[in-house]
Amino acid sequence: MPELNLTDIGIRFGGLRAVDGLSFALEPGEILGLIGPNGAGKTTVFNLITGVYRPHGGAITYDGRALHRLLPHQIVAAGVVRTFQNIRLFKAMTVLENVLAGRHCRTRVGVVGALLRTAAQRREERESAERAGEVLSFLGLYHKRDEIAGNLPYGLQRRLEIARALATEPRTLLLDEPAAGMNPQESRELMDLIRSILDRGINVLLVEHDMKVVMGLCHRVVVLESGRKIAEGEPAEIQRHPEVIRAYLGTGGRGARTQVAGP
Amino acid sequence: MATDLIRLGVVLAWGFVLLVPMLGARLGFDTFAFEWTRIWKVMGVLAVGGLLVVAQRAVSARRPDRAHAQHRSRVHVPAAWGWAALGVVAVVFPWFADNYARDVAINVLVYVTLGLGLNVVVGLAGLLDLGYIAFYAVGAYTYALLNTHFQIPFWLALPIGCVVSAGAGAVIGYPTLKMRGDYLAIVTLGFGEIIRLVLNNWDAVTEGPNGILGIKAPGIYYPVFGEGAVTFVHFYLKSLLWLYFVALAIAVVTVVGVHRLDRSRVGRAWISIREDETAAELTGIPTLKVKLLAYMLGAVFAGLAGAFFAAKVRYVNPSSFVFIESALVLCIVVLGGMGSIPGIILGAAAIIVLPEVFRGLELYRMLAFGGAMTVMMVFRPEGLIPAGRRKRELRGEAAAEGDAGA
Repeated sequence: MPELNLTDIGIRFGGLRAVDGLSFALEPGEILGLIGPNGAGKTTVFNLITGVYRPHGGAITYDGRALHRLLPHQIVAAGVVRTFQNIRLFKAMTVLENVLAGRHCRTRVGVVGALLRTAAQRREERESAERAGEVLSFLGLYHKRDEIAGNLPYGLQRRLEIARALATEPRTLLLDEPAAGMNPQESRELMDLIRSILDRGINVLLVEHDMKVVMGLCHRVVVLESGRKIAEGEPAEIQRHPEVIRAYLGTGGRGARTQVAGP
Repeated sequence: MATDLIRLGVVLAWGFVLLVPMLGARLGFDTFAFEWTRIWKVMGVLAVGGLLVVAQRAVSARRPDRAHAQHRSRVHVPAAWGWAALGVVAVVFPWFADNYARDVAINVLVYVTLGLGLNVVVGLAGLLDLGYIAFYAVGAYTYALLNTHFQIPFWLALPIGCVVSAGAGAVIGYPTLKMRGDYLAIVTLGFGEIIRLVLNNWDAVTEGPNGILGIKAPGIYYPVFGEGAVTFVHFYLKSLLWLYFVALAIAVVTVVGVHRLDRSRVGRAWISIREDETAAELTGIPTLKVKLLAYMLGAVFAGLAGAFFAAKVRYVNPSSFVFIESALVLCIVVLGGMGSIPGIILGAAAIIVLPEVFRGLELYRMLAFGGAMTVMMVFRPEGLIPAGRRKRELRGEAAAEGDAGA
């Protein structure tokens, strides 16, 4: 498992420094939590890592490669893939087709092969379907493979997003609030799922508001506030960290009271 | 059913407002008369037709949801039979038809090819292209020029025409790759017009508005056995009967090609871009490259159709490639059902044949045609034969609503 390194990353939107001088590393074999109040820049960090935005300063390296110079689909090919805070499936496609779309970057055959239906094309399609089937089984979605993705219940749509991401054969998975809208039972299942993803040799960067999930799952946690890192450490340390308590609960003084989004 | 009746009422009221001045008003030099009887006749026909549609829908909706569950097996088995029947009809038809019917049928086949080609761009990749006919023009002029200047025969010019069209698709597609929605539509509209204007004004090569004359029809060699030796005789497929079969071959190649593309890695990439371009890129699909491929493949099929058109008419000029042609092909795709191959075949047949059927109505021909299109879109927004994916999506939600209400 490679290491994902962010060094002194910054991005501005107009006058707003959405992310400012941020450095952290996602180590091999770890689940790293990224938390912070609303608007702290967590999703912006995801967008920077996955190439949606280009950082105005700093570097993002992965396995020795400079990710910040690659296009989003090249970053997926390099092994870093994400899910979305608001589910973004290909709604009119079937469950299986969604996962097959994730196989795109690991397959080769192009237009000519498809038009002539060459032996290579048929072999690749068969292998892809097999791999997609494995991923669907892993997420318990195999029996739903021919359903239209948009017709799945919410919880399964979240799972399908993870399935589509895993179909790209990532080595690093970024999950953007995967437990949003889940009941406690579903959250526990999700935690088991993320652990088994780690067991498959994929390290995980997790943005999550549900503190039970973050504290129960993450090896380390990075806390953001207003685009800056205010704390980093193991969950137990983070929970006692005075800066974190101030950021989440507000202890008065210098306008910090406006920040009341809490766990 | 109640909502259908309300919708029918709205359609009729709309038709009434539209028809009253057109059918009723009779202006003399200094008189103004109104002919109500004509209006009531037309409205009566519309109302009866509308009620039949509503009744048909009510009956099919009455069938319980079990019908929905059986849907797949019900569609899958007859699909093969349907294709077989269509194939038999397509092969047998021209032998019994007169030249007028053959000509209309050839037009249908050309528009089937164009519709399926545009379907790759609009239906699969979701890129609204209003200048599609430009690639048809490129195919036609490529064959016209190659044939008249270099005597290159049709069958050799066909692949060259495809390559040139694909090149045009890439050149025109490239600057539009980062655009979406309305902007893309406007730019493609502009490019379509640019191609036509170039053809119209580049006198040195295209002969301008005079067009290019003297294009040869497709030819074949057939063997003649006699006196121990086999000789090959060259034969031009000039008659509408033979041209029909050339058009049929091109349409069949297109149907098979688009079907295979639809169920391929690239086809899935196109659909994923239509569904959510950002998510597609972040799932590892190189969206710009894949969109460019959609333009190129769409242009290839238009190039095929264009080369055939030049070979059939044996004359090309720029007035065959005006905007309304692009709009017509887009209508075929939307009316038939985006992404649906049988839908587009039926859509092409409807769009080409209906104006012929309405010929008896003379001046009101296009009005009747437009009315039919509007009613169609109100009652079946997903198209005549919706794509499987799309239908299951739309109907699935409707069924869920129905369950909640019951």
